[in-house]
Amino acid sequence: MTDILLEVQGLTTRIGTAVDAPPAVVVDDLSFTLRRAETFALLGESGCGKSMTALSLMRLLPPGGRIAAGRVKLSGTDLLRLTEAQMRVRRGGRMAMIFQEPQTSLNPVLSVGEQIGEAVRVHEGHPRRLVEDRVLELLDAVGIPDPARRLHEYPHQLSGGMKQRVMIAMALAGDPELLIADEPTTALDVTIQAQVLRLLKDLQRTTDMAVLLITHDLGVVAETADRLAVMYAGEIVETGSVAEFFAAPAHPYSRRLMESLPGADKRQGRLAAIHGRVPPLDQPFVGCRFAPRCTEVLPVCRTDTPDWTDLAAGRGVRCHLWIGSAGVPPARAAAQPIHPEVPPPTGPATVGDLLKVQDLAVHFPIQRGVFRRVVGQVRAVDGVSLTLSTGRTLALVGESGCGKTTVGKGILQLIAPTGGSVRYLDRELRGLGHRRMRPFRKDLQIIFQDPFASMNPRMLVGDIIGEGLQALGIKRTRAGRVTRVAELLDLVGMSPEAAERYPHEFSGGQRQRLCIARALAVEPKLIVCDEPTSALDVSVQAQILNLLKDLQERLGLAYLFITHNISVLAYLAHEVAVMYLGRVVERGPVDRVLDDPRHPYTRALLSAVPVVDPANRRQIIRLEGDMPSPANPPTGCYFHPRCPDAIEACSRNYPGETRLGDGRAVHCLRLDE
Amino acid sequence: MTAYILRRLLYAIPILIGVNLLTFVLFFVLNTPDEMARMQLGEKRVTAAAIANWKREHGYDQPLLFNEAAPGLAKVTQTIFFQRSVKLFAFDFGSSDNGRAIGYDISQRMWPSLAIAVPVLLVGLALNVSLALFIVFFRATYLDLGAVVLLVAMMSISGLFYIIGGQFLLSKLFHLVPISGYDTGWNAWKFLILPVIVGFIGGVGSGARWYRTLFLEEVSKDYVRTARAKGLTERRVLFRHILGNALIPILTGVVVVLPLLFMGSLITESFFGIPGLGSYTIDAISNQDFAIVRAMVFLGAVLYILGLILTDISYTLVDPRVRLQ
Repeated sequence: MTDILLEVQGLTTRIGTAVDAPPAVVVDDLSFTLRRAETFALLGESGCGKSMTALSLMRLLPPGGRIAAGRVKLSGTDLLRLTEAQMRVRRGGRMAMIFQEPQTSLNPVLSVGEQIGEAVRVHEGHPRRLVEDRVLELLDAVGIPDPARRLHEYPHQLSGGMKQRVMIAMALAGDPELLIADEPTTALDVTIQAQVLRLLKDLQRTTDMAVLLITHDLGVVAETADRLAVMYAGEIVETGSVAEFFAAPAHPYSRRLMESLPGADKRQGRLAAIHGRVPPLDQPFVGCRFAPRCTEVLPVCRTDTPDWTDLAAGRGVRCHLWIGSAGVPPARAAAQPIHPEVPPPTGPATVGDLLKVQDLAVHFPIQRGVFRRVVGQVRAVDGVSLTLSTGRTLALVGESGCGKTTVGKGILQLIAPTGGSVRYLDRELRGLGHRRMRPFRKDLQIIFQDPFASMNPRMLVGDIIGEGLQALGIKRTRAGRVTRVAELLDLVGMSPEAAERYPHEFSGGQRQRLCIARALAVEPKLIVCDEPTSALDVSVQAQILNLLKDLQERLGLAYLFITHNISVLAYLAHEVAVMYLGRVVERGPVDRVLDDPRHPYTRALLSAVPVVDPANRRQIIRLEGDMPSPANPPTGCYFHPRCPDAIEACSRNYPGETRLGDGRAVHCLRLDE
Repeated sequence: MTAYILRRLLYAIPILIGVNLLTFVLFFVLNTPDEMARMQLGEKRVTAAAIANWKREHGYDQPLLFNEAAPGLAKVTQTIFFQRSVKLFAFDFGSSDNGRAIGYDISQRMWPSLAIAVPVLLVGLALNVSLALFIVFFRATYLDLGAVVLLVAMMSISGLFYIIGGQFLLSKLFHLVPISGYDTGWNAWKFLILPVIVGFIGGVGSGARWYRTLFLEEVSKDYVRTARAKGLTERRVLFRHILGNALIPILTGVVVVLPLLFMGSLITESFFGIPGLGSYTIDAISNQDFAIVRAMVFLGAVLYILGLILTDISYTLVDPRVRLQ
């Protein structure tokens, strides 16, 4: 078979330098093959060993990492038998790699031209003057406008999408046969992600290179890969073609993963969260590694390691349920209803607006000169109006830099707004001093994005949760606080013993539960949730979303849910407001906005979201370029320079609000079209 | 950028006024001219007339802040504060208690100080960086471990030991260079070698260890992995990528001490009998010559502020991300 490019057999990688601890087997007996010009995805959650697999292939493991066994054949050459010098020629030559964080993966003190030129020189041995021509050619190939100017710019002068393009240009320098892309778009916004994925596809078509795509995003796999392997706890548990896999995932883990994806179709019920967490890899395993979290577990799963079962050509699974089934799906003994019927969230009867935000503005001054004259304003939030009632969820959605987090902070007066009004229960919050704001702090709480950074690592969990009770004088006695903290921990599904432990002892999902308990401690009416699940894995995200939904039903909470994730808001929100460059371009009931977006930006945003189900796939409306700077917004409609439907009038005035019959408000001149 | 530097210079003014007021309070209010005279003349059996005489000779007979007796503007200028403290702003240091012009002394004595401090800094920087790179190249080996142990041992030993040990070994035992002293012009070289060597050895422990930490911090960063993924050699990764980034804190750490090199080293200069500003200060302290001490304190403050401004400017030169506004 000549079309096999990469053949990995029995790859085993260990990490660990600690003397007293056994090394963690992060990649355990991994085998797969990659054909020329195909896209093969390694899918898995954090800690499953997918990135370590990629680094093992490149032989770029971090200190303490060691490939213990296996063969990695690239076009017939076993990479693991090469000397370091021979390997270096392959690296960046026949096999190249791009990384997750374009932000940190480029050298900040070298210009773009130098960094790409370096790769060109190493692998093509061009004379110096030809290097620049080749770099320009590469920058052009990855769709960077005006390459001659970009050549001399530094990474910090480029946007995230541009940086990832530079990374790709660097990887292309040696005309690789294999491109390993480790979460290439995870750090990017969806519209930029769509651009980059499209670029990779186009490049693949013209150069015939194979792509090993490493990702946790089922949607990205479904839209870009040809075949995939699902990894769990260092092992491959299932392989197959993308079409077969998404039609009928075989392994229970794959199935749960699909079911835990939030989305509009699951609004009426709970997500099938996978309870527990990915096991640590520094322990010996007995039986199936997924057994402790599996809902279809058999007695044999806990004692015997399941063998690999081939279901069809190129399709296999590692699961006891399938052994001896000869490719016929076994009866799902423990199959559970995926969406247990829960009454639709009616919530308490709405009693008027809880929160009413009118023309909220947060501008930051730009200062110049010896005496710091104010020469301009960064219009982070530039006239946002929202209303939110008790027991409802309003999602604020937009890409990074659109000002959605600033809106949340401006409402809570954590940043002083420079204009507009914020009325909570008909009382104006804007301009209240620190002291007069204090009584409202009890009602208005916030949950932050990063559960690792938002808790004081030196405080006990019980003290973190109880701090608000003490500070706002709700529970003055220590005993009262202890009881209340135990209640709260129970409410978020944690055991009361957690109070006596420190934050670092918990996993990401558990920490986010603790953060929720902290916010709930003072019995708030409204919680601003600032991307509470974007640092979490899909299966854990489902747990947190379920919890938030439960709490809303039980306690009648209102959420202002700030997110960039469309499927999360589709699942959780009642209303949605779409933000672009500091302004809301469209708002209304979530099903109306998602099913029939009217603003061109909303349409482009929604079309760019990768979806698992091919039936739901839309034509991607590609936006060119990046969001402009809020310091210098375009004239007229802020979106018109990137808008596919813009007409001449769009560049003159910012369009006013048009109310549609279905409760929606849209800012666009071209609604009638 | 120009605006930024201008603003920083404006900020320096209140700081210098503060330093000036503080030294005035320390040197003239807490320690009055009467006490200075008594200390100079001997505590015992000193007459009031002798004190008044000493004060008149050294110009300390005026009132501290306000001169009632003087006419017009001289009410303010004919005071110790104006004559002694305000004039520091014009770098007019006046004369020391034994009558020599301090400004002249400083301009003479700064050259020997620089002759030691500059080579120690430059040689030390070059050798420390090379040593640290060498250790980082062999990171996580026994060589790395051994080098770190040695460096920690070297930084734990007192600087005095290196001075005395150096003098004993090179001068007393092998008679290679003189123990101490100084000469004018190029003839000074043989007096300078030993202090420079000792200065370097005394600093290598902390210097190389600190640079090693900076390099190691860079080694584990993502862009280094990217550089390796390009297929670059370890040498090129180290020199082009890691060194470039680690040099940012190293260079700015050096720039901040540049102006202070003028001040010389207190201990080295007095041990080796180098007539620099360090030994000048030490001598002034032991002679209770507060005019010199005050001048040096003020000069030190000015140079330190200058160093901080230079550091900020050097950031913009070595780090493309930093733009001063």
